[in-house]
Amino acid sequence: MYSFSYHRPASVAEAADLIANAADGKLVAGGQTLLPTMKHRLASPSDVIDLGAIAELGGIVVNGNIVTIGAMTSHAEVAASGEVQEAIPALAALAGNIGDPAVRNRGTIGGSIANNDPAADYPAALIALGATVRTNRREIAGEDFFAGMFETALEEDEIIVAVDFPRPEAAAYMKFENPASRYAIVGVFIARTADGARAAFTGATDCAHRAHRLEEALANDFSPAALADFQAPVDRMNADIHASAEYRAHLVRVMAQRAVAACA
Amino acid sequence: MREQGIGASVRRKEDQRFLLGKGRYTGDINVAGQTHAYFLRSPHAHAVIEGIDTSAAAAAPGVVAVLTGDDLAADGIGPLICGVTVTSDDGEPHRAPAHPALAQGKVNYVGDHVAVVIAETLTQAQDAAELVDVKYRPLPAVANTGEAAGDGQQQIHEVAPNNVCFNWPFGDKAANDEAFASAHRISGIELTNNRMVTNPMEPRAALGEYNSGTEEITLHMTTQNPHVHRLVLAAFNQLAPEHKLRVVGPDVGGGFGAKIFVYAEELVVGWACRKVNRPVKWTGDRSEAFMADAHGRDHVSRAEMALDENGRFLAMRVHTTANLGAYLSTFSTMVPSYLYAFLLAGQYATPLIYSEVKAVFTNTAPVDASRGAGRPEATYLLERLVDVCAADMGLDPAEIRRRNFIPKDAFPYQTPVVQCYDSGDYEAALDQAMELADYAGFAARAEEAKSRGKLRGIGFSSYVEACGIAPSAAVGQLGGGVGLWESAQVRFNPTGNVQVFTGTHSHGQGHETTFAQLVCDQLGVPFENIEVIHGDTARTQFGMGTYGSRSLAVGGVAIAKACDKLIAKGRKIAAHAMEAAEGDIEFADGNYTVAGTDKSMNIAEVAFTAYVPHNYPEGVEPGFDENAFFDPMNFSFPAGTHICEVEVDPDTGVVEIADYTAVDDFGKLVNPMIVEGQVHGGIVHGIGQALLEGCRYDSDGQLVTASFMDYAMPRADNAPDFRIGYAPTDPPHNPLGVKGCGEAGAIGAPPAIINAIANAIGVSHVEMPATPETVWRACQSAA
Repeated sequence: MYSFSYHRPASVAEAADLIANAADGKLVAGGQTLLPTMKHRLASPSDVIDLGAIAELGGIVVNGNIVTIGAMTSHAEVAASGEVQEAIPALAALAGNIGDPAVRNRGTIGGSIANNDPAADYPAALIALGATVRTNRREIAGEDFFAGMFETALEEDEIIVAVDFPRPEAAAYMKFENPASRYAIVGVFIARTADGARAAFTGATDCAHRAHRLEEALANDFSPAALADFQAPVDRMNADIHASAEYRAHLVRVMAQRAVAACA
Repeated sequence: MREQGIGASVRRKEDQRFLLGKGRYTGDINVAGQTHAYFLRSPHAHAVIEGIDTSAAAAAPGVVAVLTGDDLAADGIGPLICGVTVTSDDGEPHRAPAHPALAQGKVNYVGDHVAVVIAETLTQAQDAAELVDVKYRPLPAVANTGEAAGDGQQQIHEVAPNNVCFNWPFGDKAANDEAFASAHRISGIELTNNRMVTNPMEPRAALGEYNSGTEEITLHMTTQNPHVHRLVLAAFNQLAPEHKLRVVGPDVGGGFGAKIFVYAEELVVGWACRKVNRPVKWTGDRSEAFMADAHGRDHVSRAEMALDENGRFLAMRVHTTANLGAYLSTFSTMVPSYLYAFLLAGQYATPLIYSEVKAVFTNTAPVDASRGAGRPEATYLLERLVDVCAADMGLDPAEIRRRNFIPKDAFPYQTPVVQCYDSGDYEAALDQAMELADYAGFAARAEEAKSRGKLRGIGFSSYVEACGIAPSAAVGQLGGGVGLWESAQVRFNPTGNVQVFTGTHSHGQGHETTFAQLVCDQLGVPFENIEVIHGDTARTQFGMGTYGSRSLAVGGVAIAKACDKLIAKGRKIAAHAMEAAEGDIEFADGNYTVAGTDKSMNIAEVAFTAYVPHNYPEGVEPGFDENAFFDPMNFSFPAGTHICEVEVDPDTGVVEIADYTAVDDFGKLVNPMIVEGQVHGGIVHGIGQALLEGCRYDSDGQLVTASFMDYAMPRADNAPDFRIGYAPTDPPHNPLGVKGCGEAGAIGAPPAIINAIANAIGVSHVEMPATPETVWRACQSAA
């Protein structure tokens, strides 16, 4: 790790000020990606601005049909939240199966989506559930937020404040885990909403995407059988030492069918 | 007292300090004036070094020294050695390229050691290492085991044409060919034994201290065998004369073989502490463990069995290419030769076995012993082949094994591959395993699984291993450079408690408990009054260390022999004190008694008398402290049958281990709980190899599984509850009747698991690691 200046602001405004004035600043939420990267000397920010002391970024609130999760809420908190378990049990289950206990106790929803790892779990949930990302500047639809591998719609120095999730009729997330990292080799999030089926996948391509073709296949028949002939495009799938493109494409269908079955 | 003697599941003494975080590992030890070493490693798999400019690094803040291979050579520090000679088919010894601890003009794998920076802090050393300017001229890399010796491959070492270290044929080829020519049927298999990164929990570390007053070097390090390290570092690397070098292996967090060897880092730390005249510390991180610890396995093999019409094995032939990596690690040549080909008989009375082993160099980390070392490779090949034979002959896998087992009345049994098995009852283990596993009920379980869309399969593995390494004469005949006896010292203190010094080393095995139980049992001293001391060349008299499941079978016997000497000496002292003839003195449960009387004297009183010899027998030395050496007459041969049941999800290829049964013959158990723990750990290690762990280099020789993000180790949820049984036989060569248990699980498990998967899917073979995609593809091919 190279040396850097450490800041621990108490408000979003103060954090925004610090990041704007840093030569090459980095916001750190749970630090689950940034800190290992820094330890390996692959990142060398001049300033690290720790969001951990900002009270306004924490907490889970349910207001009518909207579940609001503060950006600095840990995966463990989401997993253990009675409100989330009641409103969107699939989201609580997703959070409870990210990484391992150490990751879940440090990692946060804001950090995860800001990083947009191609195999992260939360992005699929935001897209499929039609969530809204609230920042210190604006609101961004979940579907528009994830722009590519480790790329998001966030502007320079923009800070995520919270994510609003509308409550679905039913939802399920099926993750096929990498046995080493426990990231998704393929993850499929399916939601049944008043407006019909919504679907997103993660792990399979450059980043999480909305799965329009899955939604079309489920439009008239929300059942696993409706996906029996579904074929994800092999040529768009990731391929690495853990899974070929062909296998990933196959897993998209299997995970989607299992997610639909779990929505029942 | 016997409640804590042989056969009792006594809770581990050492866990008190481990569970309280009071263990003291090399990384915990810090000394005044300590500097930190950081190794600059090669980013290339294969490259010529055209120049190293260390001037900027040497001038960086906090830097004490930047040292390269030239400095090492100038100080006369010898290259790393390989201690076992294998004679190649041209009659010449195996090809042994120079293995400098810091590169001299060339690097041969990613992670190879280029220079060391020593600085006041680790960060300063790392910062300075970035300023070392190394001019590399990259060369094509050789990374594939099967192709390394092929035509047109890049040459790695001048001394090893075609990248071949040795070609080693073993057995009577003509007789073997004849048996194959007249066989009823020939069954065959080709397979890979996947490369593994051993990954003990604690990465390697070393702390070197030099005392210019006494000219002694003290090297704390992660070692499984402190005296072996001292011997090699002194005799072959000229680090210091043996009597001026102290090697200490304090608490060590697992080894599994990876901490047997003499590596560059520990040697360089020992040398550098004298050179800079400051203590030097190096603590390896996990990335370094992945890159530069010796890896395990990595064979490509084909094997065939000649069968008669009843499914009896007539002859077996094997061809194996074994990857030794870029350089020869300390015992590397022995692993795919003597520890492999000599185990190819397994539990079977196959009369003829012929094997050819081609050992090759590649631009990968050195490969050496890893839990089981050669025996898992032999067992996997044989037990997979046996299942193919069973399928080809239409025989039940249990039945074909039973038909070919060496019968229990045939022991001692001379195999056609050197080893003479001392004892065994293979059918007893098979029968018990089938009973425990409810083999009869398997068809119904498979049917039920089918109703849930799962494919359930069952697999057998009947293994033999050679442990208790080893008889020194046999090791010498085979080209080994050391004796493999073990030694012990058992010392009563005047107050009656006992210190046991052993030359073995415990890095998770629980010796402090097991050995204390032995002594408690034999001397009748309370368990809590016995302390086992190991791991320091300045405290223990001598030793060869811990590997090859040898600690109890060899080291335990040395302790017992030292206890015998104490008992004998005590008899003279007690006879004198009780005014009886020595021949009338009996010893039991810690008490010397005069036969036929109620006169009695506890061994603790005898010890006190020996140290305060006011009333003492003439001609007997004072003191109550004996040592002993033990060199076994033969290896020990633990054996057993493992049965695995798996359920395969054909939609994803995910394999769940639904049930696992292990019935082993370890001879007598000293602490059944510890043995069971070793069995569990070994099986989980085997699960790792079978399902999860595959070390991969790409075609450029880059290590692509270089962290736990990409290299999957087994976790608790990969293992079921185990059904454990024992079918002991008494090994006639071992005075304690023990055989060794630390590697058995890792040897027995992989073929049992793969046999079960092949059985579930209905294919003849699935390669390890049987990852979901591999299994899914096998399901596709079977469908």
